[in-house]
Amino acid sequence: MATRSKPLPLLFRPLPRGSRVLKHILLIAFGLVMLYPLLWMVSSSLKPEDLIFREPGLWPSTFTLENYSEGWTALKHSFGYYLWNSAVLTGLTVVANLVACSLAAYAFARLDFPLKKLWFAVMLGSIMLPYHVTVVPQYIVFSKLDWINTIWPLIVPKFLATDAFFIFLMVQFIRTLPRELDEAAAIDGAGYWRVFLQVILPLCTPALATTGIFTFIWTWNDFFSQNLYLTNSDNLTVAVALRSFLDSSGESSWGPMFAMSIVSLGPIFGFFLAGQKYLIRGVATTGLK
Amino acid sequence: MSVTPDSAVATVPPRAQPPGGRRRISRVNAHKRREARTAYVFLAPWFIGLFVITVGPILASLYLSFTDYNLLEAAKWVGWDNYSKLFTVDTRFLTSLKVTTIYVVVSVPLQLAFALGLALALDRGLRGLSFYRSIYYLPSLLGGSVAIAILWRKLFGSDGLVNALLDVFGIQGAGWVSDPDTALGTLILLHVWTFGAPMVIFLAGLRQIPQSYYEAAQVDGAGKLRQFRSITLPLLTPIIFFNLVLEVIKSFQSFTQSFIVSSGTGGPVDSTLFYTLYLYLKGFKSYEMGYAAAMAWVLLLIIAGLTGVNFLASKYWVFYGDTK
Repeated sequence: MATRSKPLPLLFRPLPRGSRVLKHILLIAFGLVMLYPLLWMVSSSLKPEDLIFREPGLWPSTFTLENYSEGWTALKHSFGYYLWNSAVLTGLTVVANLVACSLAAYAFARLDFPLKKLWFAVMLGSIMLPYHVTVVPQYIVFSKLDWINTIWPLIVPKFLATDAFFIFLMVQFIRTLPRELDEAAAIDGAGYWRVFLQVILPLCTPALATTGIFTFIWTWNDFFSQNLYLTNSDNLTVAVALRSFLDSSGESSWGPMFAMSIVSLGPIFGFFLAGQKYLIRGVATTGLK
Repeated sequence: MSVTPDSAVATVPPRAQPPGGRRRISRVNAHKRREARTAYVFLAPWFIGLFVITVGPILASLYLSFTDYNLLEAAKWVGWDNYSKLFTVDTRFLTSLKVTTIYVVVSVPLQLAFALGLALALDRGLRGLSFYRSIYYLPSLLGGSVAIAILWRKLFGSDGLVNALLDVFGIQGAGWVSDPDTALGTLILLHVWTFGAPMVIFLAGLRQIPQSYYEAAQVDGAGKLRQFRSITLPLLTPIIFFNLVLEVIKSFQSFTQSFIVSSGTGGPVDSTLFYTLYLYLKGFKSYEMGYAAAMAWVLLLIIAGLTGVNFLASKYWVFYGDTK
């Protein structure tokens, strides 16, 4: 549609019909090759176990949901239990990042204070810092606090705005909002907090959505820190539960394992479908993954 | 300009101030200080996090790296022992360094090549652009998960999908994941598979290039290849650089994939022993926390070094507008 609206310069005029069709065929074929492993996992999860590795094709000759019911109850708790653990952890992390990062971002984007440039540079530098450099002492402290096997080591840092990428993302966004809005509100007698809560935050919805969605996906996928801090079989999250499923069943029961893998990817896929716009924009503007 | 001393303004109520300029200045100052105070309130969580969760632990891990510490007994100062052990005695460490380097050096350029190629193929005027973009981007979101690592392990297992497909052509496939010669290759492939995120960044970069450049080149009779070499590529170098720095840092810290594919061992024969996996095994399996802290600091220096080299080298190939 957009291609019709105004004449394109020569270079970008549509290719001749034949090669245009060819290009689409190639792009679709490539997409299929890329997605084939995923589709194969979905189809395998719907096949009886013994057929999985004999049929490389996608369409199962026999459909069964057995893998799902078997996988759901394979561990100590039902898989729903681990989904709930992941959901609680992820939900709290999203709230934490939204609150803590937007507060810091407002200060960096709109307020003036001594050493602002220095602190901003420190904030940017902390984005590049490998998590592993701080994890050993953090683990020691959290274990002295008796926080191992609780979710505190995973969420308390988030309430302290340690995911600095999102501060950066929101700073970039707030800077694009016209300052006249703040000034108008200030003339009407609004203080900094009112300006922040009633002017800036509502206008920041796209940046907040990007932050929320990325936080969700990263936390849901995160394995390193959840595997480190959540080891008791009663508080495993999906990522760690899948790993212990893999450990306990070894090279057998791939069907149920695939089924639960797909269940674990479900929420991410859902967020991907719902939030594509924000995801793509977030990646394009800041280089988030 | 005369500036009222802070303490005077803080203690003297505004009404007692002499009229005129001084009062205005002090009001401006009061306003500034109120603004700064508010800023620090807004930044309070971040400041606490910075010192308690980030800076403190960095310094603590520097200290620990010169000690023997196992979480139970008090830390024992050992000087440079951990560091010298890393580079002289510990062949597993050197292996992990080698494995990770190969992984980064091979997978990042391949991934970026795919990302750039597809971004060029998808750029401008293509119908269904957003559809393709989503399809290619999806693996980037899923790639770091345990589920995909499990899938990968099975994809390249001896009775996995890859071998089943090869079997159709009558080729007897190997056990890709269990063969030390190919295991790392499967992880590299997994990284390349997630080219969607840098591709989206490239697409955004391509859109920044003014079309008039191409029109002018066309008038001068430049062909498509020439236009790519003289316009697209130079103007895209900042984005290539950005992606390169980002991906090198990220892939040097890869963990989940090798952990799941090798059942947490880095096997077969340490062929997938990523740096962070070895750090994890040392620090949190055998509780040699001083040693792990030394590894963490070496990692920090490596990443800082790589980033520095990238920035220095960028002078020679990254093109920022008309500065030359």
